[in-house]
Amino acid sequence: MRKFMIVAAALGFSGVAQAADITGAGATFPFPIYAKWAEAYKASSGNGLNYQSIGSGGGIRQIKAKTVDFGASDMPLKGEDLAKDNLAQFPTVMGAVVPVVNIEGIKPGGLKLTGQLVAEIYGGTVTKWTDAKIAALNPGVKLPDSNITVVYRSDGSGTTFVFTEYLSRVSADWKAKIGANTSVQFPVGVGGKGNEGVSASVKQIANSIGYVEFAYAKQNALSHALVQNADGQFPEPGMKSIQAAAANADWDSAPGFGILLNNQKGADAWPITSATFILMHKNAEKPEQAKEALKFFAWAYKDGDKLAADLEYVPLPANVKAKVQDSWKAIVNNGKPVM
Amino acid sequence: MSKAPEAAQKALDGAFAGGEALAAPSANLATERDRNAETTMVDMSTSSAETQRATYVPRATPKKGFDFFFRHASRASAWFVLVLLAGIMLSMIVGGWPAFREMGIGFLTSSVWDTQNDQYGAWPAIVGTLITALIALVIGVPLSLGIAIFLTQLAPPWFKRPVSTAIELLAAVPSIIYGMWGLFVFVPLFAKYVQQPVNSIVEGMPIVGTLFKSASPSGLGILTAGFILAFMIIPFIASITRDMIDQIPTVLRESAYGIGATTWEVVNHVLIPQAGVAIIGAVMLGLGRALGETMAVTFVVGNANRLSASLLDPGSTIASRIANEFNEAIGLQLHALIALGCILFFVTFVVLVIARLLVARVKRY
Repeated sequence: MRKFMIVAAALGFSGVAQAADITGAGATFPFPIYAKWAEAYKASSGNGLNYQSIGSGGGIRQIKAKTVDFGASDMPLKGEDLAKDNLAQFPTVMGAVVPVVNIEGIKPGGLKLTGQLVAEIYGGTVTKWTDAKIAALNPGVKLPDSNITVVYRSDGSGTTFVFTEYLSRVSADWKAKIGANTSVQFPVGVGGKGNEGVSASVKQIANSIGYVEFAYAKQNALSHALVQNADGQFPEPGMKSIQAAAANADWDSAPGFGILLNNQKGADAWPITSATFILMHKNAEKPEQAKEALKFFAWAYKDGDKLAADLEYVPLPANVKAKVQDSWKAIVNNGKPVM
Repeated sequence: MSKAPEAAQKALDGAFAGGEALAAPSANLATERDRNAETTMVDMSTSSAETQRATYVPRATPKKGFDFFFRHASRASAWFVLVLLAGIMLSMIVGGWPAFREMGIGFLTSSVWDTQNDQYGAWPAIVGTLITALIALVIGVPLSLGIAIFLTQLAPPWFKRPVSTAIELLAAVPSIIYGMWGLFVFVPLFAKYVQQPVNSIVEGMPIVGTLFKSASPSGLGILTAGFILAFMIIPFIASITRDMIDQIPTVLRESAYGIGATTWEVVNHVLIPQAGVAIIGAVMLGLGRALGETMAVTFVVGNANRLSASLLDPGSTIASRIANEFNEAIGLQLHALIALGCILFFVTFVVLVIARLLVARVKRY
């Protein structure tokens, strides 16, 4: 019995030693799908992925320090930052951010807002639900005569970045005063930590508005508001409208596919949409590990769409996937592509 | 203190003195039964000493090697703490230096926290930290003293044990639990039964209106954080104070009662002065925890990077801001957060120094 156990232990250890797990760290937004993919990939290929969701900032630090095989960020790096550290960047999946409200009698999708109006509410200039601008967009909807309580993400997050970047695009005033970042100085409101903190506050405070990831709003049955897109339409957030936003985007316009999908043209496009990104060193010091990481993402592009959709993540369009895989040739070791 | 080794020495020598030393405390209350007990004890000590003398064999070589090792090992442990502290302090100063250099004195006094334009000011966070901790003390200290005095002086034995256990259990609850309980249970109740009624009462009043009117009665805010912190420090202060009061010699208390003092007089003139130093120590320990508490505060403080005149409006503390932003911080923002940590370190240090001074003052009287 004891001998058997020793043999089993030895086998176990040797197993770990042979297949070095792919290591990654960063963004918290895609963590559930990366974990799901890792599980399925391990089952099909035997190779594991160890992903730590320490936040995009942490992911960028870690990949720069070369302690992981890939870093993950919800906020694309600019071309000059990529060039400075010789990093490759590519998107994996997409998601959306939706405003959620807690107003008695308002069902999901029952309230319409424009981006400009959202900016004014979060900027503190529109303070009552009975404001004439809100009433004009929502004829026949009964809104309470009370103050709007604004709820925002207090922790630095890609969600806040996507949301504030959208507001900066639609409101010059927002851009000048507050801007877009993973955490900004909101002039009014209360901050909740994480999606769960925001949703808890929105649920508890009557007549409040917050913003969360679409997947989170859907899973927790929060009342989302509709936001007018660049074409003047009010699409429902979801797989279809997020893909519509991606389809109309020009992915080659920024290095490392680092475009933002906010406020894209298209009648069906959900206006607050974003992809999440992977960062890898172009000059791979550990070619085997880089190759394993790329194999994992190739597998995810091919077989991972269904799993992503189950978790309310939206897969990239096929042509974008092809472009990304083509770009992997730039990840080299001694001048030779690792994959 | 110094009498104990002497007594032991005498007992070892097999002299009667050992018996006397043992009997001394109970001498004035001695009854016939006590005397009997004494005799037995003395007999026992004599006989055991004789046995020891008979079997005593001097050690051939004292093991000096181990002694040498032991001395240096314990000295190294002491140095380790100093080096660790210096290391932490140094790395915080080095990490925060770019922020201090960039913002200058404005880092302490400015209220702007703009990640977009890399402008950082710590003032709202510093004020929030101090005010939440102060509220926690104002609520927590009287409650803790009440608990400790009740447990040691007034509580019937059957009630004493469950309350003591409850306090110890409360001290062991992780802070995240306090935070979640605060957010999901305390905050809605607080908003409904405190904030909204208070809002309608104080509206329009000068000063009081400014201090207690909340812009949005969400239940989240500085005062809520103060309450949660108070709940967190009560077990610490209460249990330390209870232990200290328990250690006051019964003779003192009983002689006070004996000359006709009431319970209040005993507490006020005997127990509190006797345990004063320890109580200040316990309060400072609680204050230290309140200043540095992170997760629970982050849940309920409202996390607004701005300063409000009202205690019921959202704010932030140094620790909550670090917890919120550290994950995603890059560049100067990261340095600013480390600089915030440095300030918290300094604030805690100052609190500790004040505590030492207070203790020294109380000890002198």
